Amino acid sequence: MDNVIENKLRLETIGLSVFYGENPGVKDVSLKIYDKKVTALIGPSGCGKTTFLRALNRMHDLTRGAKVTGKALIDGQDIYDPKLDPVIIRRKIGMVFQKPTPFPTMSIYDNVVAGLKLVGFRDRKLLDEVCERSLRQSALWDEVKDRLKTPGGSLSGGQQQRLSIARALAVEPEVLLMDEPTSSLDPQSTNRIEELIGELKDQVTIIIVTHNMQQASRVSDYTAFFYIGSLIEYNKTTKIFTSPDQKRTEEYITGQFG
Amino acid sequence: MSDNNTKKINVSPSALYGWLGDRIFAVSVFVLGFIVIFTTLAMAISLYYEGSEAITRFGFWGFLTGEKWDPAITMEFGAWPFIVGTVSTSLGALALSFIPAIAIAVFTAEYAPHWLSHIIENLVNLIAAVPSVVIGIWGVFVFTPWIRDTVEIPVYIWSLENAPGLTPILGNPIGYGMMTATIILTIMIIPFTTALTVDAFRMVPKEQREAASALGATKWEVIRMAVIPYSRGGILAGTMLSLGRAIGETMAVAMLIGNKNTLPFTLFGPGSTMASVIVNEFREAVENIHLTSLMAVGFYLFLISLIVNLAAAYIQRKYAVTGGRAV
Ligand SMILES: Nc1ncnc2c1ncn2[C@@H]1O[C@H](COP(=O)(O)OP(=O)(O)OP(=O)(O)O)[C@@H](O)[C@H]1O
Ligand SMILES: [Mg+2]
Repeated sequence: MDNVIENKLRLETIGLSVFYGENPGVKDVSLKIYDKKVTALIGPSGCGKTTFLRALNRMHDLTRGAKVTGKALIDGQDIYDPKLDPVIIRRKIGMVFQKPTPFPTMSIYDNVVAGLKLVGFRDRKLLDEVCERSLRQSALWDEVKDRLKTPGGSLSGGQQQRLSIARALAVEPEVLLMDEPTSSLDPQSTNRIEELIGELKDQVTIIIVTHNMQQASRVSDYTAFFYIGSLIEYNKTTKIFTSPDQKRTEEYITGQFG
Repeated sequence: MSDNNTKKINVSPSALYGWLGDRIFAVSVFVLGFIVIFTTLAMAISLYYEGSEAITRFGFWGFLTGEKWDPAITMEFGAWPFIVGTVSTSLGALALSFIPAIAIAVFTAEYAPHWLSHIIENLVNLIAAVPSVVIGIWGVFVFTPWIRDTVEIPVYIWSLENAPGLTPILGNPIGYGMMTATIILTIMIIPFTTALTVDAFRMVPKEQREAASALGATKWEVIRMAVIPYSRGGILAGTMLSLGRAIGETMAVAMLIGNKNTLPFTLFGPGSTMASVIVNEFREAVENIHLTSLMAVGFYLFLISLIVNLAAAYIQRKYAVTGGRAV
């Protein structure tokens, strides 16, 4: 039924490689990301999932020695156009990191609205609303609603991760990159984040890295399987998880290695 | 077979923890630590003891707040002018140095290309390593005449004509004085604050910068949002250590401050500090009460430096961000 409507292309990489010095982190990846769909990136540790994800919002610009070749496009526009300020790209493409990264000295409240303040929002009422909405979305509201003024660094690891998610959601990005967002969360919070991904799907294009096969099959529409820096197989999630074309993909999702 | 294998990895605990080596190390660390604490205490006590004649004669507070320092006739001694001199020059230098030092640190650690930041860092360390007597002699022959002719005299003449009320505050534009000493102190502590701030910036985890960047922060916004808040403990502690250095700085100040022992001190006019009066007078102090008064000034200077350094350590602990947590 999904096939009836032609999916709209949102992001695309063509022959994308990322080098750390001489060593490739990902090699020659060509991938189409569809609008308002969830795409899961799976593969064994060290296969380049994070590296690929970071190439999409130009995070590698910040890593000394990292070099990106090939093409990455958003809505047909070259993300690596030298005339394009990466700040603009990053305001469109939000990111949740593998490790929780709240600003430790900032209050919980200020953490959540940090991105909005950057673009000039000062209206207290609006910020209050966005703060509550984002914290509810990331399933943190009930735990912190009475201590929004305490520092973000005072939260537990899992709470910090949900705070990071709330912070990324507050700016309402068009594309959301999530690098193992639930790896430090308890089952209940994980459930809530997976529900959230389902709710966001109407508005946001999501790319999620996960080591959890069930999670990939539950939340995603498309799945890409990476292995040692290369994209091995990319297809609809149902296809990948029921009848993958590649033997390696099958071995991986059935837990025979990785 | 498997029995054999188990035996092989069954290393005895004493071998594992290098019992003897550990003990020797622990004992020597303990002894060294004890020596440091003992020396400090002994120094404080002997300074107090040597200065006790002055302190008992004029009283603990009486000596601190006494405004007279007269080694010639009345033999009355009070440390207040020098405390005023030390506090105003060092706080003045702190205020003047803070913004430039942070700005240089931000530029060096965040904006300058690698090769340039390397050069700046080496220069900063070089300035920090110049002996203060060399800075003093440069001040005497170059800086003092320059600031007298280009700043002090024109401002003084202007105030004579336009704001006569100001002239008593400005004081005589002779070059040697409070302002010159304060500016020289500023120049001397900027490298310290800068170096310590650069170190603090470099300790900020890259994840913090990335988190701010990923939100769409510009370079400056990343610094404001992630880098400076995260390193605030190091910045404040560095500032306090620089303050400690300004308070204790002796040679350059003694050469440039003009050495006047009576209040009031004026902006351009001469003054003195606790450190400068000691270095200037200890050779000529023949009367016992004069000598013990200098010792007592030394004791108070020691106390102030100790307090500033302890405060630096406390601030660093209080504001440090450890393991992603602000306490
Ligand atoms: N900053 C870096 N400098 C050098 N090499 C790096 C850097 N980051 C990643 N790599 C290398 O690139 C390869 C891909 O790493 P990446 O972090 O993308 O893997 P991953 O699939 O996200 O793994 P995981 O599931 O463990 O998070 C690895 O071989 C890694 O060692
Ligand atoms: Mg990863």
